[in-house]
Amino acid sequence: MAEAMQHYKPGEHPDLPPPRESVGPIAWVRQNLLSSPLNAALTIGSLYLLYLVLPPFLDWAIFSANWQEGTSRADCVKDGACWTMVRARFGQFIYGFYPQDERWRVNVAFLLFFVPVAALLIERVPGKRYFAIFLFAIYPVIAYILFYGGLGLQEVPTARWGGLMLTLILGAVGIVVSLPIGIVLALGRRSALPVISLICTGFIEFVRAVPLITVLFMASVMLPLFLPVGVTFDKLLRAMVGIALFGAAYMAEVVRGGLQAIPRGQYEGAMALGLNYWKMTGLIILPQALRIVIPGIVNTFIGLFKDTTLVLIIGLFELLGIVQAAARDANWIGLSREGFVFAALVFFIFCFGMSRYSQYLERRLHTGHKR
Amino acid sequence: MVQLKMLTAGIAGVVFSVVGAAGAATLDEVKSRGYLQCGVNTGLPGFSAPDDQGNWRGLDVDVCRAVAAAVFGDSEAVRYTPTNAKERFTALQSGAVDVLSRNTTWTLSRDSDLNFEFVGVNYYDGQGFMVPKDLGVSSALELDGAAVCVQSGTTTEKNLGDYFRANGMELRSVVYETSEQAVQAYIEGRCDAFTTDASGLAAERSALAEPDAHIILPEIISKEPLGPLVRQGDNEWADIVRWSLNAMIAAEEYGVSSQNVDEVKAGTDNPEVRRLLGVEDKMGEMLGLSNDWAYNIIKQVGNYGESFERNVGLKTPLALARGLNEQWTKGGILYAPPVR
Repeated sequence: MAEAMQHYKPGEHPDLPPPRESVGPIAWVRQNLLSSPLNAALTIGSLYLLYLVLPPFLDWAIFSANWQEGTSRADCVKDGACWTMVRARFGQFIYGFYPQDERWRVNVAFLLFFVPVAALLIERVPGKRYFAIFLFAIYPVIAYILFYGGLGLQEVPTARWGGLMLTLILGAVGIVVSLPIGIVLALGRRSALPVISLICTGFIEFVRAVPLITVLFMASVMLPLFLPVGVTFDKLLRAMVGIALFGAAYMAEVVRGGLQAIPRGQYEGAMALGLNYWKMTGLIILPQALRIVIPGIVNTFIGLFKDTTLVLIIGLFELLGIVQAAARDANWIGLSREGFVFAALVFFIFCFGMSRYSQYLERRLHTGHKR
Repeated sequence: MVQLKMLTAGIAGVVFSVVGAAGAATLDEVKSRGYLQCGVNTGLPGFSAPDDQGNWRGLDVDVCRAVAAAVFGDSEAVRYTPTNAKERFTALQSGAVDVLSRNTTWTLSRDSDLNFEFVGVNYYDGQGFMVPKDLGVSSALELDGAAVCVQSGTTTEKNLGDYFRANGMELRSVVYETSEQAVQAYIEGRCDAFTTDASGLAAERSALAEPDAHIILPEIISKEPLGPLVRQGDNEWADIVRWSLNAMIAAEEYGVSSQNVDEVKAGTDNPEVRRLLGVEDKMGEMLGLSNDWAYNIIKQVGNYGESFERNVGLKTPLALARGLNEQWTKGGILYAPPVR
């Protein structure tokens, strides 16, 4: 009672809790799922769809699934998914045909990649400059030696690379190479020098006008016919160049969008300070422009990463290809569904990760100007 | 300038791999390289597919292994290049592979116009159709107006058109890049029928969720002699590949297998077998190989019958019968010329 009797000066009464109808799970359901007859109908419809899809899927994927080890389809006795295949082939899905004894090299290479990348991505870590120098100048050499061989390491031809490893290599090379080339192309397209502008525009428009699959086919089927007899490029290298140039053309247009969003006054201000073209671009324009187009850049990255699966058309076994190949083995014949679910899960993890990081980056840089 | 040239050469050494030009001695090329480059299918059950350890296995792969065993005495000295239907010929023409052993049909135009040399047949196949039982069709002649799923860039695609035209039927062909896609489309009901070589049909059918709901029509509409091929112009190399395959077939005919090859070599009086295994005469040297070339093939890869049973035979999920691919002495048409 003493509480109720307490007197407050006007304006000093503490806030009362909101009415019970507007908080808590029941209120949330009401507001979000049943706010109007249409919404209620949609909610019920969605629940019904989930009811139709989810229980059979869960039953297939988990409850009636085969999890034990085995060597052929005959070992999968239960009705559900045959994860036995994924278990038996897990190493191959990750490393492709990379020799068993040399797989540590792949692990080391990826560790050496992810540690500096994480250091660059996480704000608190100091010494970013050294990590960046390592990553862009030293790492490619180390990675080449680790993956391909040399310096006493056994040579592993690119035909033996495959699985998730190949997907990541293709994706990483595509992403790392396409961004700088894309920026150069975007700047070139807006250049006042007609030759440069024409070349860049021509390249961008040409590449964007053909599908990636055509570029890959061109690289794998047509190119060898044009080369002198007896000279062949490494197939993987051809695919990498194709993917990187393709990504660069798209990246260029994304970056150009950012460049065009920078007000004219920024250019004029920079010029008034006496900065030359490169300083103006590097110090004033690009930092602002790139910040604006983070969502577009990440979008292109994710698209590029997923596009790497197209190399299976030219006989390179990246993750999706090797998963399909597993279902072509007489022992596991027909088990493509399990493989596809596994591949989908892996791709989801990577793409979702990239997407979340870009959202974090946007929040940190306030590019949305907090709406 | 010299430095620049050296740098360029260094880069070229990394980027390019210079391989034997057509007409040059492929055997020397292969020997100095230390391994055979073999083009195989990206995945055809029983003929070419990677196993759990990542080793390529299959009937077509065994031809590659036999050639490697003949040349190096080591059936594992092979690097496989998985190729799809379209790029397989480019791979061989450009020199990216030394042998193409990829269920490729021997035809006149490929032999002459494309400048290849087919060296033999390692599987006699023929094109057939698979349809769902529900369709109520019991003969390929009833497929008038049917949508048929088929892989592009193959003889299968052309035979399909020929067959429908010859029988005055309307065809709606639905073309896919890979065999997997064509099968997937068939399963999803995009087509009324799926067509490929009969061996492939059996494999695809066994892979379906409900194999019994699908039937393979009795008509075989084409001859599909599948075999390994090499570039035209290097006859010595073609001979080596041809006789590597023939050695496997001959070994089965004479009852020499990977199990008994050592005993046979030590104890046989059959002059044909003695020549094959290098006990008598110098057959290997005539081919430019060592005289135990065929012994190595049989010891490491096995004879044709062993390879067949291991990869596609009745004990495998494919359960293919020997049929035409039986020895000529047992009612088939496999017939190796004499080793003499």
